[in-house]
Amino acid sequence: MSGRAPSPVAVDVAVDTQVLGFARRLAAAGVDVPPTRVHAMLEALDVLGAAELRPVYWAGRTTLCGSLEDVETYDRVFAAYFGGGPARPPNRVAVPPVQRLVAVPVDPADVSGDGDDRDAPEQRIATASRIEVLRHRDVATLSAADRAEVHRYVSALLPAAPDRTTRRRKPSPSGPVDARRTVRSMLRHGGEPVELRRHSHGRRQRRLVFLIDVSGSMAAYAETLLRFAHAACRVRPGTEVFTVGTRLTRVTRELRRRDPAAALAAASATIDDWSGGTRLGDELKEFLDRWGQRGTARGAVVVIGSDGWERGGPEQLATQMARLSRLARRIVWVNPHRGYIGYSPSTGGMRAALPYVDRLVAGHSLAAMQELAGLLDSSGREGDRARGHA
Amino acid sequence: MADTEGATTPGELAQRLDTAGYLADEGLATAAFLALRMGRPLFLEGEAGVGKTALAQALAEVLDAPLIRLQCYEGVDAAQALYDWDFPRQLLHLRAAEAAGVTDVERLEHELYDRRFLLARPLLRALETTPSVLLVDEIDRADDEFEAFLLEVLSEFTISIPELGTVRAGTPPVVVVTSNRTREVHDALKRRCLYHWLAHPTFEREVAVIRRHLPGVSERLADDVARAVQRLRAADLLKPPGLAESIDWVTALTALGATELSADLATRTLGAVLKYQEDTERVTGEVAELVGRP
Repeated sequence: MSGRAPSPVAVDVAVDTQVLGFARRLAAAGVDVPPTRVHAMLEALDVLGAAELRPVYWAGRTTLCGSLEDVETYDRVFAAYFGGGPARPPNRVAVPPVQRLVAVPVDPADVSGDGDDRDAPEQRIATASRIEVLRHRDVATLSAADRAEVHRYVSALLPAAPDRTTRRRKPSPSGPVDARRTVRSMLRHGGEPVELRRHSHGRRQRRLVFLIDVSGSMAAYAETLLRFAHAACRVRPGTEVFTVGTRLTRVTRELRRRDPAAALAAASATIDDWSGGTRLGDELKEFLDRWGQRGTARGAVVVIGSDGWERGGPEQLATQMARLSRLARRIVWVNPHRGYIGYSPSTGGMRAALPYVDRLVAGHSLAAMQELAGLLDSSGREGDRARGHA
Repeated sequence: MADTEGATTPGELAQRLDTAGYLADEGLATAAFLALRMGRPLFLEGEAGVGKTALAQALAEVLDAPLIRLQCYEGVDAAQALYDWDFPRQLLHLRAAEAAGVTDVERLEHELYDRRFLLARPLLRALETTPSVLLVDEIDRADDEFEAFLLEVLSEFTISIPELGTVRAGTPPVVVVTSNRTREVHDALKRRCLYHWLAHPTFEREVAVIRRHLPGVSERLADDVARAVQRLRAADLLKPPGLAESIDWVTALTALGATELSADLATRTLGAVLKYQEDTERVTGEVAELVGRP
């Protein structure tokens, strides 16, 4: 950092303070701003000079942001902090955002965590038989305590996804000869081909993508599905989770937290449209435009959790489902009403979507969730793409 | 720290990029300028065809440095990115030595791991070439383990080769990392970099870029195409056209001898700009509107 024009110290201090204040404001707005990024911004300002607002804007944007979403938040906070937006005193202490109405209550049973282990053996047996009773009950009809119990079991499920071959080859006892490793071992033996090394393609789990309907009609089941998705995120780090309702919300980041209660509280604070209506077709389109087509849905196993009550026209939903089915490896639709005897997919949305759905399963009880976990895990390569939609 | 070839402000760098045939707006010029001055990788994210890769090419030209490209794909690993030993040649050497009756095993072994049997892949090449521009293209296609590995190389700018020793870059290369956002890249890697989101260009910039790339094109045609492309981007398509598609389109139209865009010409050349059957179907009925003047 030599050859820089020295700038007056007094100004530097003011700039530092302003940058720190701004970074704090940005962090309060939800952008991840670690100290290294703030230092980078100060360094960038050193390079560009902080006399004008535009270089300050670009210095901050290139150093503090890490995604398009960050840039959008940045623009807003920048306008508010440095002028252009509603004027505020620059050194006001950043107030953490008001806690939004959290639809998922923090569950004391979760917080206690492994308290189970301290239970006497008889109590554990009692719990086990109690869960056997709860297994087939519809979560919507359970008392808060029973539901919490069921949710703890859902969180412990191990949903996975079928695997696929990768380009990368791994050493293997059978398969084609791995020339590189064979020759390498020959070098070690004075050029004699002592053993043939072989390799074969590795296998990798497919990505799991959840689209969970959080509209009013799904209110009783959305939390259970979110917990299931959280369990999936823990087992398979590449899993992506979105909620749909009146808008599409990505909650993958929030659900990456280990603790189920914390993860769910964070996710539900992000979701703006709890218990609103559903425009499934439009939101599926938004998902495909912003994420799916770029790669998130490509070759993935997509789980849609919804009752298919569609406010928008069924045509849009059908079009988007067709698009999704061309991208995804498999579409599993979880419909809680499926669990009832005599259920037939009669809603317009459900009828429109059905030709593109590979499996329609229930998601109303612990047993149904266990079945779903098993379905995602096993059901190998055959059976995929077995649907015959016209 | 990279030599900025005398560019002391982002504006000056923009001018130099302009000379190299790349029109950078204020934000991109600032981001690139900061990357050069701060010696940090530049992480460019944006839709396909907005000019991410082209920036690296232009930077290489401005800095008069070779462009070394590492194209990422699923399964790319250290051997393909860093270096590999040329085993067949090593084996030949061994056989030749044997035939010549060499008996000094230790010396022979030492010879086998000589620099001349090392195949430098892009990362090693970039570290050994000073100055150079390293383009890590489409990092989002690589596996996440590869990101962690790349992060290590980009933080230290050193590569240790067990048989040979450590290679350290005299001057770290200028690094441009691009992503089409098919998946989220780890924060740790992004944090090492300066970030810039490259959006679709404005109408004026698009016209300027088209005319820059195809100097012979009439102003009228460049205007018409830029306007039509802007409309297409607003039309909610599966794949909105990027800058690269506008240039393709103008090239196609020029090949047909066009000096302005008509509904008929547009219909015949839509394939240059739209890449999905659904998109083509949607637009076909509205071509007149598409090419119409405001």
